[in-house]
Amino acid sequence: MKLVVVAGTPGSGKTSVLLHTIKALMRHEKKPAVVKVDCLWTDDDQRFKKLNVPVRVGLARDMCPDHFTIYNTEEMLKWAEKEGADVLLSETAGLCLRCAPYPDECLAVCVIDVTTGPNTPLKVGPLLTTADIVVMTKGDLVSQAEREVFRERVLEVNPGCNIVEANGLTGKGAFELGELIRSGPDVCDNMVLRYNPPLAICSLCTGETRVARKHHMGVLRNLDGFMEYKGE
Amino acid sequence: MIMSEIINLTIIGGVNKDGVDEPIRSVDICRGEIVGIVGPTGSGKSTLIDDIEQLAQGDTPTGRTILINGEKPDANIRVDPRKKLVAQLSQNMHFLADMTVEEFLQMHARSRGKDEGLVTRVIELANTLAGEPIAAHHHLTALSGGQSRSLMTADIAVISDSPVVLIDEIENAGIKKQEALQLLAGEGKIVVVVTHDPVLALMSSRRIVIRNGGMADIITTSLQEQDVCDRITEVDNWLMSLRETIRRGDIVEGIA
Repeated sequence: MKLVVVAGTPGSGKTSVLLHTIKALMRHEKKPAVVKVDCLWTDDDQRFKKLNVPVRVGLARDMCPDHFTIYNTEEMLKWAEKEGADVLLSETAGLCLRCAPYPDECLAVCVIDVTTGPNTPLKVGPLLTTADIVVMTKGDLVSQAEREVFRERVLEVNPGCNIVEANGLTGKGAFELGELIRSGPDVCDNMVLRYNPPLAICSLCTGETRVARKHHMGVLRNLDGFMEYKGE
Repeated sequence: MIMSEIINLTIIGGVNKDGVDEPIRSVDICRGEIVGIVGPTGSGKSTLIDDIEQLAQGDTPTGRTILINGEKPDANIRVDPRKKLVAQLSQNMHFLADMTVEEFLQMHARSRGKDEGLVTRVIELANTLAGEPIAAHHHLTALSGGQSRSLMTADIAVISDSPVVLIDEIENAGIKKQEALQLLAGEGKIVVVVTHDPVLALMSSRRIVIRNGGMADIITTSLQEQDVCDRITEVDNWLMSLRETIRRGDIVEGIA
């Protein structure tokens, strides 16, 4: 079983790129299954179902969507095995960019939208810096020069990655991505995350809604960057 | 593979929009040649340009294959800008990058493994092609369509200096198109230009006709057509001079 974790900023084209990649994998006799994790709502499962592949949806709701993906990875793999799949494509809904939901024994794919400008690779964090493959989408909307500058910025923060230029509308890049998945690693037991989840243990995590400072406890960071523990 | 080693480029035909084999099965383009791509809007001209830019290997929707000197190019030549054989001037001429002209060009020079000192030369060249001058400290996003296009043209001539140059509809940008084409074509390059403009189409030695996503025909520019080209170039230059006069805020009454 191979595990492909696909992460990326909202609207970057993760689902569209995956749809074309699934077709490319199926042409090579692979049997992909898809789990789509989102926060509150999704109908992307309908788009995947049209390809006649096993699809499952997970909604993280109150839980951090990346933590939700990590916590449920084992269950997803078991489900994919039961469905007779040999590749599990896990599409995450990462939002806050502090986590990277990539275990060591997976193919970590970060999808990033070129039209967000060449400073974006510097803002995305571990999602991008610990990925094996960086998929650049929407390159047809900018000039070649701008694509090359963007590429340079990606390589500045993740020098070892493979970059795939993809287009979710035409399917460009899907063949290449499919090849990289087919030659990717198999999952084993005892997977370990590539990047530490962040500290997030404050009173807001447990449901405090009042804004005033006096109500907050835990590990907290000030606007000036100073971090402190407040509480008993 | 270095520039002088690129002798020719071959397009091996794939399928049209209906998945049927396109009539033209193979096109060879040699060093120093300018080839046009013509056809109705939406027919798939830009798609052909994209296939060449990616050096497609049967892995794009058209199924076309591009060969260099009759051989399959290495995988890293396809993606690494430092080794790239192809420079492309696309239809998309507005910049989205929130940077100054200088920062952007420096970073682009770095991505292509070129000297960052080339930036001044790019800006100087760009300013010979269009309208109000561009300065190094200008923000990319504030440039006009014509300014962006002339900056990209100069960028291709200087920084992305590659043996194969692809140009998508240079005429729509309000810049001096013939000068721009000559600048891009340089010496001994392979130039492929998508165009609706009769002057540019007839400046090419051959033109590929695209219909329904497929290469339907190849027309060699005849001597009679070259005569036509000379005549419409005169008309075109006259129109251009009128446009410049009007842009300067002068009157054109006496000219006709």
